[in-house]
Amino acid sequence: MNPAPATLREDLRLIAELVPEGARVLDLGCGTGDLLAWLQQHRQVNGYGLEIDHDKITACIARGVNVIERNIDEDLSDYDTDSFDLVVMTETLQAVRHPAKVLDEMLRIAPEGIVTFPNFGHWRCRLHLATRGRMPVSSHLPHSWYDTPNIHLCTFADFEALCAERGLRITRRLVVDESYRPNNVINRWSNLFGSIAIYGLARAAGPGRSS
Amino acid sequence: MTALPSDSVGIVVPQQVAFDTPLPLTCGAVLDRHELVYETYGSLNAERSNAVLVCHALSGHHHAAGYHHESDRKPGWWEACIGPGKPMDTNRFFIVSLNNLGGCHGSTGPSSINPGTGQAFGPDFPAITVRDWVRSQAMLADHLGIEQWAAVVGGSLGGMQALQWSIDLPERVRHVVAIACAPRLSAQNIAFNEIARQAIYSDPNFHGGRYAEHGVAPTQGLMLARMVGHVTYQSDDGLRQKFGREVASGDLEFARDVQFQVESYLHYQGRSFSQRFDANTYLLMTRALDYFDPAQEHGDDLAAAFARSKASYLLVSFTTDWRFSSERSREMVDALVRARRNVSHVDIDAPYGHDAFLLPIQRYTDVFGAYMDRVASEASV
Repeated sequence: MNPAPATLREDLRLIAELVPEGARVLDLGCGTGDLLAWLQQHRQVNGYGLEIDHDKITACIARGVNVIERNIDEDLSDYDTDSFDLVVMTETLQAVRHPAKVLDEMLRIAPEGIVTFPNFGHWRCRLHLATRGRMPVSSHLPHSWYDTPNIHLCTFADFEALCAERGLRITRRLVVDESYRPNNVINRWSNLFGSIAIYGLARAAGPGRSS
Repeated sequence: MTALPSDSVGIVVPQQVAFDTPLPLTCGAVLDRHELVYETYGSLNAERSNAVLVCHALSGHHHAAGYHHESDRKPGWWEACIGPGKPMDTNRFFIVSLNNLGGCHGSTGPSSINPGTGQAFGPDFPAITVRDWVRSQAMLADHLGIEQWAAVVGGSLGGMQALQWSIDLPERVRHVVAIACAPRLSAQNIAFNEIARQAIYSDPNFHGGRYAEHGVAPTQGLMLARMVGHVTYQSDDGLRQKFGREVASGDLEFARDVQFQVESYLHYQGRSFSQRFDANTYLLMTRALDYFDPAQEHGDDLAAAFARSKASYLLVSFTTDWRFSSERSREMVDALVRARRNVSHVDIDAPYGHDAFLLPIQRYTDVFGAYMDRVASEASV
């Protein structure tokens, strides 16, 4: 049995590179456990995923990934402050009810966080809305507005503004295209050409926050 | 006679083992010898790596799967989960299921003869704890040549034994599956147990527990105890779905005679239980439940209790279980995460209350099966 995928999707690979050996990792919305399976096998992490999708939970269990059926919006307060080294949330931010609160909780539970989400400011979204006057539907955001789990879409600029407001420090930013690949054009004009961003977050130093 | 179902282990024969090694008990007493009755399903592989211990709940026994006779009306109590192709797959695992020490289905217990007096132990049988059960189960494992269990599995009080195994004998258990379980009883749980006990004590046939010497049994008290217990195993929704306000006999117009379906069901459950179960065993088992509290000797820190464990855990709870609610499983999950143990938890949406763990609920058996597949592949079976 091979519990971890041989190759990780590019964005997950970029995240995996940021995870130190043996770290304690909490993955919010861990899906079928690709990232955690890889990290368990290659980084010997002590990792746990939170997930609510029944089939994905079963998939995690089948491959030996620790998965806990728990709602990110309601239950993060159960975790002690600084009980993890790193909290990861990949393409889940847009689906939570209280994104700002979840970000706060992430950086309470661990000193560092990694967040990825699709960019609603991508030029295709802008063009779609500008020319058709309808909510954008794309391969990355395939749902109709009235039937979508993505209830809090934002642009990279929006996200960075929120981080500033919540006192969260952006330690790194990697922007990739729709095939999860980085490139130079995207890096220069990320909010227009980037499809998905990978943000490294830390608590802001200074009074009012312990770090 | 129709053939037995193909996904059943079929006809099984209980076995008996006697231990002459003294067993020191938590209460301070020492049991010089004791016997255990058990069943096994599937076969032990050459590496002895595929053994699974099934621990029973309050009123359970060794007969967890299959049939004793072709004419048996019902199979073992966990037939839903044990058998070829089921979560505890007998094509892959060697499954051991015993009647616990203190039981009344063949293992040494209050209804056994006390060699010191020649009479049944009755109320003189020593108090038994979950820890004592683990010790006695370890003697059974030694007898069967099982150094390490691939998994120890149980629901409710059975799950507590599985947890205790991983705490007390960490080298001897690789996986724990604890279903509809709790890390200790709540005051409400203990309260219901006490009502059950008082029902037994107040039966005029109880005779301070020496009813056997009088040739009687406190069946009325035991029946009441079981009725109270049974209500706590079901959910409001479950009872509503099963019985609603259907009337079994009598007429609503003449309210004194009326019997609702749910009443007649409870009478049946209580009566049949009281005819096959020993009251002293029931008292002993409810006490073992009440005393179970592995965190206590660690300053009430459950994570500290799990610190020595080496096992990986699957916890399963059911949304309508109000006896050991999902919240109790979450407490254990949080403690296991703090203790850095591998743990997964699923919360199954089912209307059947605590007893859901005995039923073939699709998502439950899928998850349980997926986990046991992992256990099997680790054991190379």
